[in-house]
Amino acid sequence: MVQVLDESGELVGDPPDLADDELVALYRHLRLARHFDERAVNLQRQGRMGTYPPLAGQEAAQVGSAMALDDRDWIAPSYREHAAVHVHGLSLSDILLYWMGHGAGGWRTDVNVLPAAVPIATQVPHTTGLALASKLRGHDAVACAYFGDGATSEGDFHEGLNVAGVFDVPAVFLCNNNGWAISVPRERQTASPTLAGKAVAYGIDGVQVDGMDPLATYEVTRAAVEKARTPGERPRPTLIEAVQYRFGAHTTADDPTVYRDEAEVAEWRRRDPIPRLERFLRETGRLDDETVEGIETSVREQVSEAIERAENTARPEPDAMFDDVYAEPSPALRDQRAALHRLRDRHGDDAFLKE
Amino acid sequence: MSTDTQTETQNLTLVQAVRDGLRTEMQRDGDVIVLGEDVGKNGGVFRATEGLYEEFGDDRVIDTPLAESGIVGTSIGMAAYGLRPVPEIQFMGFIYPAFDQIISHAARLRTRTRGRFTCPMVVRAPYGGGIRAPEHHSESKEAFFVHEPGLKVVIPSTPADTKGLLASAIRDPDPVIFLEPKLIYRAFREDVPTGEHTVPLGEAAVRREGSDVSVYTWGAMTRPTMEAAENLAAEGVECEVIDLRTLSPLDRETIVDSFEKTGRAAVVHEAPRTGGLGGEITAILQEESLLYQEAPIERITGFDTPVPLYALEDYYLPSPTRIEDGIREVVDFR
Ligand SMILES: Cc1ncc(C[n+]2csc(CCOP(=O)(O)OP(=O)(O)O)c2C)c(N)n1
Repeated sequence: MVQVLDESGELVGDPPDLADDELVALYRHLRLARHFDERAVNLQRQGRMGTYPPLAGQEAAQVGSAMALDDRDWIAPSYREHAAVHVHGLSLSDILLYWMGHGAGGWRTDVNVLPAAVPIATQVPHTTGLALASKLRGHDAVACAYFGDGATSEGDFHEGLNVAGVFDVPAVFLCNNNGWAISVPRERQTASPTLAGKAVAYGIDGVQVDGMDPLATYEVTRAAVEKARTPGERPRPTLIEAVQYRFGAHTTADDPTVYRDEAEVAEWRRRDPIPRLERFLRETGRLDDETVEGIETSVREQVSEAIERAENTARPEPDAMFDDVYAEPSPALRDQRAALHRLRDRHGDDAFLKE
Repeated sequence: MSTDTQTETQNLTLVQAVRDGLRTEMQRDGDVIVLGEDVGKNGGVFRATEGLYEEFGDDRVIDTPLAESGIVGTSIGMAAYGLRPVPEIQFMGFIYPAFDQIISHAARLRTRTRGRFTCPMVVRAPYGGGIRAPEHHSESKEAFFVHEPGLKVVIPSTPADTKGLLASAIRDPDPVIFLEPKLIYRAFREDVPTGEHTVPLGEAAVRREGSDVSVYTWGAMTRPTMEAAENLAAEGVECEVIDLRTLSPLDRETIVDSFEKTGRAAVVHEAPRTGGLGGEITAILQEESLLYQEAPIERITGFDTPVPLYALEDYYLPSPTRIEDGIREVVDFR
């Protein structure tokens, strides 16, 4: 398993080739992701947001890997990749809006991020397709899929990786192995000793990395991207297994105490990516109390602003439901939209809204 | 209607009735096996299988890997061998990886082997909207399965029916798709017979008698439909509300008898309108009772759009207001 920083933040491998300000940016993104996540869980508890899938503990894998991608690269995320898609260009309020139930949230025309894939593993073959298209067009964009350990049991995972291997596509398949698929532990998911080892079956490279080590996840992803981005040569896909843990529940609708041991959580908390990177940066003189404080303040402000923006976004017009089902609405859709208009005129919106 | 004779009951919610039904059938028949994602230790994400793992052990309540095609395909093999698997699909919106197995194999194993192999399996899935769930957690796609010969499709709307229909589905020699209206999993309680309790498949229930218009519905829409019927009764319109309970095979007799009494009909479902069951019921009425018809038949349904995220969900689902308006159209037609 690749590691650059050990659990206490001690350097045990070669640090990646990142400038000081990039390293500090990496740290800032970790802090931002953690704070965003805490606020999002609270918003849900206060009834200001719907069900939300938390990520605390998984920041390093998301941020480290996403920082290894360029803007021209593509991300096909699962539903838990708030930090990765933010690093790639989605605003925090875009992300919040999606979880607040607005169809307009979670994507943007100017950012190469597909909408969150809620059905497990379905984004894996999409990633193969994005990468194959990039190759066929002669571009050098790389496509990166994010998915969990549970996803590796679905047919789509196997089919996507198999096609990727056959056609040598410029793709990175990043498995966020957090040890659990809701209540099903990793050992119940597969009898394979590692998830990275599954790559062998598809004739591609597999690598296991400490997913709570931000420098290692950056480095491993950077290498995979480089291997994929080889204009004129044969690009190769890589399967990365980032070994990590999510500290909280699967979603805000889940109660992990039913199936998970508190001691296990405590054990993994010791590997928290944030103090780990902070210690390294402090000890190498890249970070001091003042910068940390500054980061703390700016992160809080940034998240508060995003929440305010999302909450001040007006409820979408019901017409939005009928828009974009087809390029040209079908006659049935036009009729149904008109019928809803008549109903709203007759009864007012209060007749519909339950809250 | 129910086949049992004892009177002892328990006051249960619909989801508790699912559990009680599973438990009773598992005690009765050692071949009944529950399997699926999170059904064991966790007791299911909706707690529908809570306690079964502790009571029956991990040979009969099996936490599987995250693989719907694998879960249902494995169940087909188990059923062909002689067991009675009851696979759970966590949400109907995630049934599609298993669709191939259900349609291509479960539904036609009997036909293809001229009865040598059969597939006595019950695929359970919570379905439907209204709980402010994320994307793909609100679908109501019963029509896909009703369209497939060889499958039975059941949707209960009350706790007692849930237990009774589930027991019948488990005992049925053919594959059954059993869809549970999760919106009303915990909405109310009802007395449910303890011990064995069955409600026959293929029989609709008349939830409310009325002479002015027949209103056909099922699952979670039964409650807003009943509410609309009561509101209309205050205006002097008497609805006969029919809860279909089994969508395949349909209870043509009850459907037709009611229409021949009232001469007017509306169908209420939350699934999209086009290709939904409303069209099938309308066709049955046209075929069987055209000369009784006094007004166009109204369909009050979800729209032909993906179920919107929750900010707009309340506009998507037929509400009592929308249902009342639709029924008024039918009764006012002259
Ligand atoms: C096809 C499909 N089946 C079931 C579900 C319900 N479900 C949502 S998340 C989840 C577990 C996912 O585990 P994993 O892939 O390890 O990702 P994690 O959430 O742990 O990051 C399940 C079973 C789903 N979303 N899609």
